Amino acid sequence: MSSPRTLLDKIWDNHLICSPAGENPLIYIDRHLVHEVTSAQAFEGLRLAGRRVRRPEATFATPDHNVPTTDRRLPIADPISKQQIDTLRNNCKEFDIRLFDLDDADQGIVHVIGPELGITQPGMTIVCGDSHTATHGALGALAFGIGTSEVEHVLATQALRQSKPKALEVRVQGSLPNGVTAKDLVLYIIGQLTTEGGSGYVIEYTGECIRSLGMEQRMTVCNMSIEAGARAGMIAPDAVTFDYLRGRDFVPCDFEKAVQEWQKLPSDEGASYDRVEVFESADIVPQVTWGTNPAQVVGVDAAVPNVGALSDPSERSSGEKALEYMGLSSGTQITDIPLERVFIGSCTNSRIEDLRAAAAVVRGYHVSRDVHAMVVPGSGRVKRQAEHEGLDKLFVAAGFEWREAGCSMCLAMNPDTLSAGQRCASTSNRNFEGRQGKGGRTHLVSPAMAAAAAVEGHFVDIRKWQYQ
Amino acid sequence: MQSFTLHSGVVVAMDRANVDTDQIIPKQFLKRIERTGFGQFLFNDWRFQEDGTPDPQFELNQPESKGATILLARRNFGCGSSREHAPWSLADYGFRCVIAPTFADIFYSNCFSNGILPVRLSEEDVDQLFELAKAAKSSNSGKYELSIDLNECTLSDGHGFQRTFEVEPFRKRCLLEGLDNISLSLQHTDEISAWENSHGLSPIVSE
Ligand code: SF4
Repeated sequence: MSSPRTLLDKIWDNHLICSPAGENPLIYIDRHLVHEVTSAQAFEGLRLAGRRVRRPEATFATPDHNVPTTDRRLPIADPISKQQIDTLRNNCKEFDIRLFDLDDADQGIVHVIGPELGITQPGMTIVCGDSHTATHGALGALAFGIGTSEVEHVLATQALRQSKPKALEVRVQGSLPNGVTAKDLVLYIIGQLTTEGGSGYVIEYTGECIRSLGMEQRMTVCNMSIEAGARAGMIAPDAVTFDYLRGRDFVPCDFEKAVQEWQKLPSDEGASYDRVEVFESADIVPQVTWGTNPAQVVGVDAAVPNVGALSDPSERSSGEKALEYMGLSSGTQITDIPLERVFIGSCTNSRIEDLRAAAAVVRGYHVSRDVHAMVVPGSGRVKRQAEHEGLDKLFVAAGFEWREAGCSMCLAMNPDTLSAGQRCASTSNRNFEGRQGKGGRTHLVSPAMAAAAAVEGHFVDIRKWQYQ
Repeated sequence: MQSFTLHSGVVVAMDRANVDTDQIIPKQFLKRIERTGFGQFLFNDWRFQEDGTPDPQFELNQPESKGATILLARRNFGCGSSREHAPWSLADYGFRCVIAPTFADIFYSNCFSNGILPVRLSEEDVDQLFELAKAAKSSNSGKYELSIDLNECTLSDGHGFQRTFEVEPFRKRCLLEGLDNISLSLQHTDEISAWENSHGLSPIVSE
């Protein structure tokens, strides 16, 4: 009998093409997702070398990072943005790649549309020139971000050079307390592991708490694996996964037969991981980041920490730099921090369940007069579903802007940006300096926390919220 | 790809941990569709003041950093976004080597695709290099130089600091020989086709 294997082992073994002597293993890539910012130079490389795309049907493209979220019928104002989006369009045409273009009803953030269209499936290897490719691991795939040279490599060969990563089991026991969401869970885990704790590993999230999460919440958790330094995060597929996928556009015709195969993927009893970390979900409260990396995070009921007391000198200096940048001082209660902007969106939290959670908070309230708030759905489909449920009207009536799908102020490459010194509660995944605009100050939170903060003009403990 | 065998150059000491790729090359410069010309935007938001003039406080703008080709930093260098624009901008500015205790995974492999050698040293060794660079700054020359031999995997300042470092043999070979990874992988096309065949995928027509 073969020895027990983890989910990672099984996907790895199944995709190993060869391990030539003196070279790194070559693994097969099932799905390749492409967007406008990290692909132009790869296609240009192919053209210069006279190479073609080996398997165009395995590649799917959409513009998302750099697209306007206002009226799509208007021309794109920034000529360089326009050129980048036109370039993607031309490359997809030339190399025969399926593109969900700006005017396609299914356009959206690449990590939202992959699962939503059923392009992402259990047991697959999936890559994209984007670090949040980890999101797709929520469906039991091995999915990770690559650089543009590797994008070119995958286009040309449908394979990737890769040495096998180590496996880290992150086991979360118990169930999430009231008011605590998948976003709080993952922020808490990052805070515990640190921003490089997962470096060199693929995280497999396991345990009762993870199993109890819905599909979209699982995506939120896997999405931010990269913020803990891990290249990929994954969750074993189960009935939740199969129910989510059934009936989606690109799933196998014989779905039930595929399910039978997918059921063999979860880690075997007794399979061993290179490292195991165990967390208790009962310990977790709603989280708010106070600094300029996602591990600089505390509970909403706490105060900005005393960074001067940190024993590690580099942690201390990065904490001091972060407080200076963020315009905060140690000891300030998180709930006393006033806000000017609120952003609900990004591949972490722009799916329908995220919008429902935010809408439930907002119902019967209005955005504070000091706050400019916006909701940016993750895809055309999410947007239509929300409109079907009347969520758009609820947001607009409460004073939120309701936008078209895209990355928007998650990285602010398009016109949606913070200005210097502006403070924002954001449901995105990175609070790096300048991420949402030069000098902008980002606090990462869950959609419900962001919505409540928009109403009150400062952070509030969502566990005490009066829902109407 | 540009090969890397021996390199000697001036070190710029950047005493910061968790330097993310958003800082190395801010997003406003990711709209270009070329691979070149990113050096002018390297560390833009730290390097330049509001009025566009260089910030004299910033490490790269200090006199002893002139002509630097080796970047010394603290741990988790290159975390965050997968953008290869980060090594493109470092290489275009003139950097050939980055030394840090740890690197983020994607950035680390992106360096090898662009002829940049990322060297991992222990925290203690990195501490010592920061001290040596600081001491050099207050001496006559101001500059601190290191020599790197990739073949031997050694790094030395010629005045007593000498260490060996580790690089995966395959990556080392690719960098030493400046190999084109795609050509190398295309030599395994038969194996790729065999994999596809055994996994029920239709054959590639023009092969
Ligand atoms: S939403 Fe943000 S993190 Fe996600 S793919 Fe877009 S820019 Fe990247």
